[in-house]
Amino acid sequence: MEQVGQRKIDGLWLTVVGTAVLFFLILPTLIVIPMSFSGASFLEFPPTSFSFRWYETYFTSPEWMSATKTSLIAAVLTVAIATPLGSLCAYGLHCSSPRIRSTAQILVIMPIVVPVILIAVGVFSLYAKLGLNYTLTGIVIAHTALALPFVIVTVMSGLQNYDFDQELAARSLGASRAYALWTITVPQVKFSIQTGAFLAFITSLDEVVISMLVSGGENATITRRMFNSLRDQLDPTIAAISTCLIVVSIAALIGVQLIGRSKNVDN
Amino acid sequence: MSSAAQSLPIEISSLCKAYGPVKALDDVSLNIAAGEFLTLLGPSGSGKTTLLMALAGFMRPDGGSIRFGDREMIATPPHKRGLGMVFQSYALFPFMTVAENVAYPLKIRGVSKSDQKTRAERALDTVQLGGYGDRRINQLSGGQRQRVALARAMVFEPQIILMDEPLSALDKKLREHMQIELKALHQKLDATVVYVTHDQREALTMSDRIAVVNHGRIEQVETPERLYRQPHSFFVADFIGESISLPVKVANDTAQLNGRVLKSDLPIAHGSGGHRLVIRPELLEVTSGAVPETANDLSGRVNDIIYQGDSVLVMVQHDSAGQINVRVPANRAGQTGLPSKGEQIGLALHPEDTIIVPEHVS
Amino acid sequence: MSVAETYEGAVTHQNASTLKSEERRESMTFFGLSLPAVLAILVVVFLPVFWLSSLSFYNAAGELSMENYARIFESALYRRTFVVTFQISIAVTVICVLLGYPLCYWLTKVPDRTAAILMVFVLVPFWTSVLVRTYAWLVLLQRNGIINSSLMSLGIIEEPLQLAHNLTGSIIGMVHIMLPFLVLPLYATMRSVDTDLVRAAVGLGSSPRGAFWRVFFPMSLPGLFAGIVLVFILSLGFFVTPALLGGGKVQMLAQRIESTITVYSNWGAASALGVVLLLLALAMIWLMNRVFGLDKLFMR
Repeated sequence: MEQVGQRKIDGLWLTVVGTAVLFFLILPTLIVIPMSFSGASFLEFPPTSFSFRWYETYFTSPEWMSATKTSLIAAVLTVAIATPLGSLCAYGLHCSSPRIRSTAQILVIMPIVVPVILIAVGVFSLYAKLGLNYTLTGIVIAHTALALPFVIVTVMSGLQNYDFDQELAARSLGASRAYALWTITVPQVKFSIQTGAFLAFITSLDEVVISMLVSGGENATITRRMFNSLRDQLDPTIAAISTCLIVVSIAALIGVQLIGRSKNVDN
Repeated sequence: MSSAAQSLPIEISSLCKAYGPVKALDDVSLNIAAGEFLTLLGPSGSGKTTLLMALAGFMRPDGGSIRFGDREMIATPPHKRGLGMVFQSYALFPFMTVAENVAYPLKIRGVSKSDQKTRAERALDTVQLGGYGDRRINQLSGGQRQRVALARAMVFEPQIILMDEPLSALDKKLREHMQIELKALHQKLDATVVYVTHDQREALTMSDRIAVVNHGRIEQVETPERLYRQPHSFFVADFIGESISLPVKVANDTAQLNGRVLKSDLPIAHGSGGHRLVIRPELLEVTSGAVPETANDLSGRVNDIIYQGDSVLVMVQHDSAGQINVRVPANRAGQTGLPSKGEQIGLALHPEDTIIVPEHVS
Repeated sequence: MSVAETYEGAVTHQNASTLKSEERRESMTFFGLSLPAVLAILVVVFLPVFWLSSLSFYNAAGELSMENYARIFESALYRRTFVVTFQISIAVTVICVLLGYPLCYWLTKVPDRTAAILMVFVLVPFWTSVLVRTYAWLVLLQRNGIINSSLMSLGIIEEPLQLAHNLTGSIIGMVHIMLPFLVLPLYATMRSVDTDLVRAAVGLGSSPRGAFWRVFFPMSLPGLFAGIVLVFILSLGFFVTPALLGGGKVQMLAQRIESTITVYSNWGAASALGVVLLLLALAMIWLMNRVFGLDKLFMR
């Protein structure tokens, strides 16, 4: 009896702590959304009045709009480059000998584990020599390298869960390796590729440290502008921009989930 | 299936593949006749699947030659070998319908849409899955998936079909049914079939010839009956069928069991590591009186009797050779009456059933 | 012994050279597929980082020397930076364990469907911009922010606390950013723990608490360790949140590197700091690889 009582107390304690931690995680993440609709001219929470004024400020500011455009173009280009390159790399490594594969895997995840400030400073000085600082090309190249590990890791784990005999079967039935890859393997790791693309998009869109050094002028990203603005003061416009960023991220995530679900119905 | 194509013979010579110190294929040579149903039989890790994958082009050997007809195929990529293959996992494409799966090889070959449809339907009819074309793969049972894989592998009328343990995932009853069906299908198709299995019974049921593979080498290639009755090595004798074995001494082509000469009509194969007498329990005869002069006498005392449904296993303690098992069909045991425990009975091993093999093949 | 073995030494395999070149061509194809991505990573990550590291071995006069390293270990300012970086990283890691472990354990206790929904509460922050979350904490922790005002209206404090623009703010913000990195590997490991084992231990007379400490906890250690290493490495090199929530009063390694270059243009000292940071991170990764296996990253 005593043990049962003890277990109940343990369970209650766990539930309270677990719930509290979840709130700690989610509330500060979402708090910018109500804040962005505040009518006050200074930051307050909870907001006392409702307005779209900060959205107006955001959407009518040429600087913010140009930064948003730069960020979105950079993110889309990063996805467009990192997704095919990363997927091909994952396939190549999957088919390579275990020795090559394990060496390459360590190399490939380095962009995730090397402190990004070092990459940023290094890239900044490399770009200085190549004249790539403050250019869209420079941002996209750097973001592509940062995003590649995410694409490679997700596609490789997709390939690992895929019955590779299917590709062999297709080839034995007369399909060349490329045709078998395209008609049989790709449709089945599509969800992993899409997830990788989503991660590449988020990586580029949210990247701060490299953008802070490498982007600028006409080609400043939105994160660079936000960072600089936050260093000075708490501008409520940032709440509106943050809300837009969250909405874009969640929309992309839901998009991937929806496509993933329709694929699961088939299986 | 009407077939314009002619089945092809396969000629494998000196095929080698080493993974580090392990020889997966150790100088394998094998000729398979056109239209033959040949089974590669062996325990797991014996190299039988490696050999099949080499034929398919998915395993690149270190050296050797593989010829389909008179064409050298050793370096030809899989998709240009023109063979049909059935995988252990079936490897059906789950995002396609049954008909799309079967039509896939036709699509690659540029067959017109309407021809694809009729030929896929005909192939599905052949494997008794007519009308299943629109089903999805996940709506099929294991046996049905097996048939789809089969239809897909033969729809383009390949001259050679490879099968890698295709029945191993099915339950025993369905497996036995499919064995008969596959054999019948082979007779309808004009194709050379190379079949891999570790199930000796399956191999005996289906094959024209069986190649027994062990440690990357082919121990013996024979028809099922001869393989069973005249194994060339202890491994083959032990792997195929039920048997017990006793060490014997061989000199001048005669074998001696505990000092008594064994009468045998079968040639004694030579190898290394001594010889063994292989006794198949169902080939022993329980004699009512004394064992006739023409046969080898293995008489002894009954130790135990085990009823196994279709037959009765009598365990006999031989004076010097140890325990010998005799299998008596249940109906015959019913007629003649079973010996009782402790009773002395006569056991005759006839010269035509006296199998003497070397421990290791040379 | 056998015929094959006796003459094998003399035999060169038939078609061996054709097969060998085919094999080489095929592995080159796979290598070629991987090459663009690998090159991109080499050029953007390895090349600049190596080049940056090499700067640390030259003094101001352009001669090979260890001057930069001597300076960063002698200077009180740089020593202070290392101490602060370690203090914050350790504090963040410990708090993440204290918050994350009970959360993960609780998630293994609730029904699978509920746990999947609750995981959204971990994943949404995980995929939300670090900048956005740092901004939210700046607002929450400011002098007249909701935390100070609620504490004051509850009568717990009379004067608003200094929560942002200092060490406290940096740690709170970093814990919020890092917690998902601890929770994700830990939860994955806990889910794979065989609950039958725990039940068996209880069945054999262990108290539930005893079974937890003797059976469940040891089996969750690999995931906990992976999470700890991940959080610690990321904290060591973290820039954005301490830069904003520390308000310039807290200088961690990454900020020191940035300001040494952008403010003082002292590339030698900055790169020496960078090399130390890099070695710390690589050592942690090496340790993680030994204990947990980096391959696991590729198999989820």
